[in-house]
Amino acid sequence: MAKSKDTVARTLLVALVLSIVFSVIVSTAAVALRPAQIKNQNLDIKTNILAAAGMLEPGASADEIEETFASFDVRLVDLDSGEYVEPSAVGVQDPMKYDMYKAASNPALSTDLPASEDPAGIKRRPNVAKVYTLSENGELVRVVLPIHGYGLWSTLYGFLSLEGDLNTIEGLGFYAHAETPGLGGEVDNPGWKQQWVGKELYGSDFTEPQIELVKGGVSSDAQNREHKVDALSGATLTSRGVENLVNYWMGDNGFAPYLQKLREGEV
Amino acid sequence: MAGSTAKQVLFEPIFSNNPIALQILGICSALAVTTSMNVTIVMCLAVTAVTAFSSMAISLVRSQIPGSIRIIVQMTIIASLVIVVDQILKAYAYEISKQLSVFVGLIITNCIVMGRAEGFAMNNPPLLSFLDGIGNGMGYSVLLLFVAFFRELLGAGSLFGVTLLPVVNEGGWYVPNGLLLLPPSAFFIIGLAIWGLRTWKPEQVEAPDYRMSRHKTKEAF
Repeated sequence: MAKSKDTVARTLLVALVLSIVFSVIVSTAAVALRPAQIKNQNLDIKTNILAAAGMLEPGASADEIEETFASFDVRLVDLDSGEYVEPSAVGVQDPMKYDMYKAASNPALSTDLPASEDPAGIKRRPNVAKVYTLSENGELVRVVLPIHGYGLWSTLYGFLSLEGDLNTIEGLGFYAHAETPGLGGEVDNPGWKQQWVGKELYGSDFTEPQIELVKGGVSSDAQNREHKVDALSGATLTSRGVENLVNYWMGDNGFAPYLQKLREGEV
Repeated sequence: MAGSTAKQVLFEPIFSNNPIALQILGICSALAVTTSMNVTIVMCLAVTAVTAFSSMAISLVRSQIPGSIRIIVQMTIIASLVIVVDQILKAYAYEISKQLSVFVGLIITNCIVMGRAEGFAMNNPPLLSFLDGIGNGMGYSVLLLFVAFFRELLGAGSLFGVTLLPVVNEGGWYVPNGLLLLPPSAFFIIGLAIWGLRTWKPEQVEAPDYRMSRHKTKEAF
């Protein structure tokens, strides 16, 4: 018995049958579950956008999220010129299908950043970004912008939501990061995120973003308090990373040209 | 081994022959996924399912497997099951699968699964192997839930995501123990659990590797 089991032909046969049977099982599972997985991923992104915009009802069902999200316009923006581009320019049909983080690793769709121009630590910046705008009665009331940058251990990915004046912050949230739990991980703390609401990005001339994360809290009579947010205690580097990435993405290399055009009604 | 009954294979791994506490297998994931009870339960279910079904599958074909590619055959079966579990989690428990991230994929390398396949399923009938997989999965689960209970309660002030001890950062009174949110804390909890278990069941204590001999030579001081 032991001998007949160990012949070369028998070994090859067992290996072959096993490979075929299990490749069928694995591919069936992958193909059959694919639609549900894609739906989950899209729903996850939409949930994060609504959460940053403060439009997420606690315990909202998948259908409610889809419905609320449907009121947003999804647009692609060329970051250098600040103008909208057609989805076909980045090779997709539907703007929702464009992945700016995947584009950042494609040399044709992104720009290499020298260290001096890369305070957010992202190395490559996609040329085209995906933005979400919400209009009511023909008037722009809300813009949600994707932001990302390096903290202490990891790249933080999130969304920043601006009011219709394109200066006042309506919400900020990170949906993916690996900062230290309990310290840098407190970027997820609802109490901390609440502090961002109502802060102003720019000074009176709408040029450089002025956001600052300060130690020891922001007292009600502090100078420039409209630009200051209390830093996370015990997480200096994560706080600095958040400050840098917000200022980078709202600055000239980020969304500032787009926001300028939007403010002047040019796009 | 040949004489083991269904009851024995099912319940012995829980306390008498716990895969983590006695066999010291599967520590890696015990450190990584025990920060919250919800995530831990899903991980335990995934490991139990993979161990049970892979043991059963391997036991079914055990008389056909040539000795020379035995380990490869076991790995293929285990890896395929892990991929299926991973796909199911991504489709139906997306939030939790995001938190488990690579650790579902790493069930493939979890020593418990491979250990049961090689040590039990290769020599026992399918049903018994299936029960053995369930039993070892439960043994793994009991210890992971024990660790997660303390880590989530003392580290985040909640259980199953429900706040029990309102933490200072959210306006409560409890100052959470940050160490418990980091992986090394699981080492301490597992160590204490093993200590407790061996005090309760002294037969699990290994014989010492050596004994210090008596001091015989007289030395002048």
